[in-house]
Amino acid sequence: MSESIVPESELEEVELYHAKSWWTEKVFTQDAKLIAVQYGLTAFAIGFVALVLSWFMRIQIAFPELSIISEGTYYQFITMHGMIMVVYLLTALFLGAFGNYLIPLMVGARDMVFPYLNMVSYWTYLVAVLVLFVSFFTPGGPTGAGWTLYPPQAILGGTPGQESGIILMLVSLCIFIVGFTMGGLNYVITILQARTRGMTLMRMPLTVWGIFTATVLALFAFPALFVSAVMMLFDKLLMTSFFMPALVEFGENLTYGGGSPILFQHLFWFFGHPEVYIVALPAFGIVSDLISVHARKNIFGFRMMVWAIVGIGALSFIVWAHHMYVSGMNPYFGFFFATTTLIIAVPTALKVYNWVLTLWKGNIHLTIPMLFCLAFIVTFLNGGLTGLFLGNVVVDVPLSDTYFVVAHFHMVMGIAPVLVILGAIYHWFPLITGRMLHDGMGRFHFWVTFIGSYLIYFPMHYLGFIGVPRRYYEMGQTEALYTSSAADLNVFITLAALAVGFAQLVFVFNVFWSAKKGIVAEKNPWKAASLEWQTPDQPPVHGNFGKELPVIYRWAYDYSVPGAEDDFIPQDVPNEKVKLAKGHSQLGVEST
Amino acid sequence: MVPFILLLVIVGSVLFHIFTPWYSTPIASNWSNIDKTIELTFWMTGGVYVAVLGFMTYCVIRFRSKEGHRADYEPESKKLEIILTVLTTIGVAGLLAPGLIVWDEYVSPPEDAMPIEAMGQQWYWSFRLPGEDGVLGTTDARNINADNPFGMNKNDPNGQDDILIEGDDLHLELEKPVKFLLRSIDVLHNFYVPQFRAKMDLVPGMVTYYWIRPTLAGGYEILCAELCGVGHHAMRGFVKVEGKEDYKNWLDDQSTFKALQEEAKLENKEKLAFHKSN
Repeated sequence: MSESIVPESELEEVELYHAKSWWTEKVFTQDAKLIAVQYGLTAFAIGFVALVLSWFMRIQIAFPELSIISEGTYYQFITMHGMIMVVYLLTALFLGAFGNYLIPLMVGARDMVFPYLNMVSYWTYLVAVLVLFVSFFTPGGPTGAGWTLYPPQAILGGTPGQESGIILMLVSLCIFIVGFTMGGLNYVITILQARTRGMTLMRMPLTVWGIFTATVLALFAFPALFVSAVMMLFDKLLMTSFFMPALVEFGENLTYGGGSPILFQHLFWFFGHPEVYIVALPAFGIVSDLISVHARKNIFGFRMMVWAIVGIGALSFIVWAHHMYVSGMNPYFGFFFATTTLIIAVPTALKVYNWVLTLWKGNIHLTIPMLFCLAFIVTFLNGGLTGLFLGNVVVDVPLSDTYFVVAHFHMVMGIAPVLVILGAIYHWFPLITGRMLHDGMGRFHFWVTFIGSYLIYFPMHYLGFIGVPRRYYEMGQTEALYTSSAADLNVFITLAALAVGFAQLVFVFNVFWSAKKGIVAEKNPWKAASLEWQTPDQPPVHGNFGKELPVIYRWAYDYSVPGAEDDFIPQDVPNEKVKLAKGHSQLGVEST
Repeated sequence: MVPFILLLVIVGSVLFHIFTPWYSTPIASNWSNIDKTIELTFWMTGGVYVAVLGFMTYCVIRFRSKEGHRADYEPESKKLEIILTVLTTIGVAGLLAPGLIVWDEYVSPPEDAMPIEAMGQQWYWSFRLPGEDGVLGTTDARNINADNPFGMNKNDPNGQDDILIEGDDLHLELEKPVKFLLRSIDVLHNFYVPQFRAKMDLVPGMVTYYWIRPTLAGGYEILCAELCGVGHHAMRGFVKVEGKEDYKNWLDDQSTFKALQEEAKLENKEKLAFHKSN
């Protein structure tokens, strides 16, 4: 694309502050790249806890006669599994880890604009994780209110963890949001203010577009969760009645009165639905870039992809009540929210079309990152289409609160984004560590993860069609629904889940082993055109770009440009420096 | 191997759907339209799923990297993008329109539907039927005590002949439309009978509703479908759909609020007398 817009430098470069001690360099670091790694390792550590919880849950579901965990523990585990995965793993990984690592490198900045704030953001996140983790060891244990924390039950005696677990959960969420806000403002301002010369908004890779839009969503959405957490804390500790109507607990009339449980659900989902896209949009961006690099072809319909990201982000704020069709809210809301929800399917579908159209006439390298991209398309398409069931209000009625929902959201916002995260790690690992991840272990990891997850979640939808409700410790005797064959299906799903879990151990081993002993990566091993691979050092050092910041002449997708000898042109190479193929006097495609 | 496995995923998913032993239970209410919208959604989304994945698999086979091969350079195609947008919009509208029509039926109970209250508490179900006046009396959670588990307003004349069923089965008359009024006295619950295809949350502090017309005689389990604490999975009830005669007989055996109150008074008096005599 165009190489016209490269404005004059307006400011002298400012000397970068380099750390002076081991502590400020390695631990309390202000280098976004290291902060990214800290975010990533912390998120994976707590995510691993959530993974192990899921093994216990699955064993309980498949073999209820073993009673491997009690009712209370089961509900505590589903709650912690959900909350950790959604907030403390996925959000932290995409924004805290990938955002920090990639934003400055991809837009041509030396660091985030507020490095100190960035450091504080990570340590605040760590405190939030620790507060949450501590609740496993307090009297009564963590909360078992379900990750949605619906009052009144979240703070009443029939729910485990109401002694202290629920308080720690709410406090941890508040701390998390404070930490995220510091980081999030940083990402947004860095993208808006610190792009290098020539890096126009429409030359930014889709990864940056995805992370940028997701961060803006998060900055608007998290405050709703923050206020609902504070209000629920008041209801719990000060006996206020924001969410608590007059009620009777096990025969005893409580002093609450006048509050609305549904108000909490509106606040929660006003955060909760954009949250889905806070996870999905960075995944959309990253997968677009990965497909483009490994298919050696520009992403199809780049401008459409940008507008789809922005459009989906905006629409995500007016669909929240599709999580509440059977909540008892005014049923006439159903007409509005079903319509907005199905409208959001259109830009989302366009993104899927454009990913597969990028493969059309490409030069597809079936590298591990590309395999993860293909698997992402399968699972995301599957989860997106089942969203058309649940979004269409009346179809949701029989399926809501059943295993169909569990299968849907795991497919669309569990498996699909995680596949992108894994693909992205295989893709950027050489940049981050200077070494390649082991290919054999990687392929084993990929196939078990992809096929295993598909075998878990595809059949699970059918349990939902039967009507098996989610969040059941055991089904008991319900012959009409839960036949012995349905029980067998649950055993099968559990075995697949354990296999997928095992494959993640192989991945963890691969990461640590390859970081030390992996093959040393050649410079820019995937021959990518985007800026993060064009640093003088690999891995890039503090300050990223050596003496002078790069100047950008083109978009991030100049792959297989006719007339050029190489099948990619890095963003910082001007047209006159492009090596032409034999018999060509100029690049074959006129710039637009 | 990659395209082969992708094909296996597509074909396997289709075959699974055709041969699955796990699908909806036989329907026992008037909501066959909900089943039809599910069916419609299934065919449309299933078609898209197979088409997109099939195309992707074809690309992986056809455009797999070869020595000396180079990708095409084609940034965008306005025409193609517009066609795809329009087709998708039409498809989505085709799903939404029937969905909204059926939803309109779902939220509009017929005039002659009999109101029946289903009351949830941790972790069992109770029911209240209007007596001969056809009107349910008013209630308030603050009135609830051991003698008045439903929290009835004792002075409300409409409530005196209400029929109270505490922690026992509910019976429904075949083909008679019912409007369930849902009330919880503690936390959220959800009144869900899979064979009726309908559900709605019970929310303390307010009354929610849905309606059905039972169309198939038999006994069906009531499941709670909204997490309500450690006993959630065990919060079951039972609803029996039966013909007019059987229903009448059952109804005659039930007690009204007034009768229960008098019984309680008598009991209290006896207790008092017992205490005094000792």
